[in-house]
Amino acid sequence: MFLADYIKDVYGAVKSLLTGMKLTGYYFTHHKEIITEEYPNNRATLKLADRFKGEVWMPHDENNEHACTGCSSCEIACPNGSIKIVSMNVINAEGKKKKAIDQHIYRLDMCTMCGLCVEACPTDAIHMRNTFELSVFDRNHLIMRLNKPGSKIREGVE
Amino acid sequence: MFSLEGLTNFIHEWLNGHLPATFALLVEFVIVGVAAIGLFAVLGLGLVWMERKVAAVMQIRLGPNRLGPKGIFQTSADTVKLIMKEALTPSNADKFLFNLAPFIVIIVAMLILVPIAFARNFQIWDINIGVLYVTAVSSLSVIGILMAGWSSGNKYSLLGAMRSGAQIVSYELSAGLSIISIIVLTGSLKISDIVASQENGWWIFKGHIPAIIAFVIFIIAATAETNRAPFDLAEAESELTAGFHTEYGGMKFALFFLSEYINIFIVCAICATLFLGGWMPFHIGSWTAFNHIMDYIPSSIWFFGKTIFLIFVIMWFRWTFPRLRVDQLLNLEWKYLLPISMFNVLLMTLMAIMGWHF
Amino acid sequence: MFEEIGTTEEGDLIINVGPQHPATHGVLHLVLTLNGEIIKKVEPHLGYIHRSIEKMCESLSYRQFIYVTSRMDYLSAHINNHACALIVEKGLNVEVPQRAQYIRVIMDELTRIASHELWWSAMSMDLGAFTPYFLAFREREKINEIMEETCGARLTMNYMVPGGVMTELHPDFQEKVKSFIVDFKKTLHEYDELITGNVIFQNRMKGVGYISKEDVITYGCTGPVARASGLRSDIRKIAPYDVYDKVEFDEIIETGGDCFARYQVRIKEMSQSIRIIEQLIDNIPEGDFQAKTKAVLKLPKGEFYQRVETARGELGVYIVSEGAAQPYKIKFRSPGFSNLSALDHMVRGHKIGDFIAAMGTLDLVIPDIDR
Repeated sequence: MFLADYIKDVYGAVKSLLTGMKLTGYYFTHHKEIITEEYPNNRATLKLADRFKGEVWMPHDENNEHACTGCSSCEIACPNGSIKIVSMNVINAEGKKKKAIDQHIYRLDMCTMCGLCVEACPTDAIHMRNTFELSVFDRNHLIMRLNKPGSKIREGVE
Repeated sequence: MFSLEGLTNFIHEWLNGHLPATFALLVEFVIVGVAAIGLFAVLGLGLVWMERKVAAVMQIRLGPNRLGPKGIFQTSADTVKLIMKEALTPSNADKFLFNLAPFIVIIVAMLILVPIAFARNFQIWDINIGVLYVTAVSSLSVIGILMAGWSSGNKYSLLGAMRSGAQIVSYELSAGLSIISIIVLTGSLKISDIVASQENGWWIFKGHIPAIIAFVIFIIAATAETNRAPFDLAEAESELTAGFHTEYGGMKFALFFLSEYINIFIVCAICATLFLGGWMPFHIGSWTAFNHIMDYIPSSIWFFGKTIFLIFVIMWFRWTFPRLRVDQLLNLEWKYLLPISMFNVLLMTLMAIMGWHF
Repeated sequence: MFEEIGTTEEGDLIINVGPQHPATHGVLHLVLTLNGEIIKKVEPHLGYIHRSIEKMCESLSYRQFIYVTSRMDYLSAHINNHACALIVEKGLNVEVPQRAQYIRVIMDELTRIASHELWWSAMSMDLGAFTPYFLAFREREKINEIMEETCGARLTMNYMVPGGVMTELHPDFQEKVKSFIVDFKKTLHEYDELITGNVIFQNRMKGVGYISKEDVITYGCTGPVARASGLRSDIRKIAPYDVYDKVEFDEIIETGGDCFARYQVRIKEMSQSIRIIEQLIDNIPEGDFQAKTKAVLKLPKGEFYQRVETARGELGVYIVSEGAAQPYKIKFRSPGFSNLSALDHMVRGHKIGDFIAAMGTLDLVIPDIDR
């Protein structure tokens, strides 16, 4: 029956459209469903995942000591050359010459946050930190020295 | 009680008391012109803000919320930005037509404002062919769109303009037929007569099922005529980037944008006038006490309330439905809306002859 | 089999869709030859986002080259990494601990759901419906948060390493995934209400962009595109890797071959992914998450091939090794490239709107096509 099919068509179409409108209407009347985060305003309550890979970071303890031996494992592991280790020779207590780290240079502008350097580090000296507001006006600020000036290697780390 | 009628009467009497009749009339013209432009600006800013807010809440987000309370000044700031922008004319464009098109579109939108009754006795010109005038003038806007599409010298614009031409011309049929089905009941094209005929109830309630069908068809046709989603084929962002106004920028684009919202307001106002009683408060037959209470709400609030509700419905469509394809759009008109509305007019005429309506 | 390349006549309209166009979702350049609204020919021009990933990989070690592959099909980054980890393990004959295998498969399936969510939202937006975008992103955000907690990144995780996964799961991982599954099942009906059942959507989709089973084989389409035409092509079933042979799930086969069939395959695949995760999430065995491997990996001399099922289809990794620490030659067989080649066949004689719909259901990720 042609007319019956026609009316059925129209009925089905209108019904399907109304179901869609019901859903958007539901969200229009239920403001609690809103998921927007007002970012710069919610800084105080914003909690980022601990493991979030924001930048590479070398933890220093209260004596300004770190665990980096300057072995260059991270430099080798890095796929795009964001890490450069500048080492120096120090004379230790026994009067022997020993290689130690002078500068751990980290280029944030080239880093892809793959985490391979952290994996490769034998002494657990570098970590990924979950800082994320990293933009600067001068790109030179993105080239960072990770070991703090005057810091030295922690006793007992080989 | 606040009423716009008192205001106009006061101005009219004051002017006539202080100036010769001709000058008074001229001053009134200027006042009306300025008021119309002011209304345009307010409507444009308000409706764009409303659209963004409605869209945001339906899409579970916040929408504009930085500038002023609830972001109410966001659209004003956008307008300032658009005015500051360079109005570029592409080198391959037909320069005269390209620059003329936005003005044609906005002037057409302005002309339709004439017969709309905003409140009790508050109307620019109560022309005796009111509704006919509206349908006649509103079909002119397609010329502006075609002009814009053709003169841009851009293939996307051309496609958009051609689509828009086919669309507006076809959908005017069913819009016209829905209007006729109400005219059958009122027996007059004059807006004030149409509103007055709804004193004891709006036509959507008095006209039984045919009036409801006519209402639904009119809303659909109005959405299509104003090039709104799901019928926004002339713009079709994902297909034609921006359709007929691809090449426009700055204030010239803003005029197209503004005219879209003005057109929505106007078709919704017409729809409210025809089906929901215009400025007429909600009256039920002979319940004098109830009707009297309803009369305490100013008529302008009734009118704007109804219109904004209808605008909301059209926005609701936009943020729910996917876009139609161009042949489906024409199918919908010629295979569904037109036959249904023709049958509906027949039914309505029968009803009017037999006096079945209230 | 191949139709003659359509000739351009006078009066035809030639339109460049892309490289900057809202519907291409990337820098894809398509040259459309139109007769009015009717499409006569579609010609993809590639190369706008070619980063020579394959060449780049040849200068990186077997540990390092994995992270680059996240940048190919960034929506199934985990699965790309998985393929690379698998091929290195195959070459070195490393036994991956059970725990790592379970974690990998769960991550893969979460990625697949996230990818299909994004496809759903982007395709709906191509068709002119804007609200689905946000509904799907709400769910996708939950997956991203789970990823962020365990892998430390939301899109390019680099979580798979040769021999297992990089770090231990986050303590909240299982709980979060379970609550995500509950939420996801609750919102799945919205997809049907808002889009699938919608009469406008069905008219836009049904009978549009048809491709037959034979043509699917000819063009080398894989993934949901092939399965929508009735071709069994799920690598997870044909050549199971890791624990895919232990889990129960259905390979979704539709026979329609049109846009609607492709749409349904992806929608149903999401539920199947949920089914896989449900089977695994409570049974992750204890043990190591990474096998012991040497500091410098060297694949033996020879050729290696590994294929996996990404959200878009079959991803193949081919490595020629000369026994050095870097691959001698590497080649990726990306699903998007083959799927895109079928676009011309699908949309000839259709309208511009159909072209957009067909392109939407192909689920193209441009960096995957260009690499």
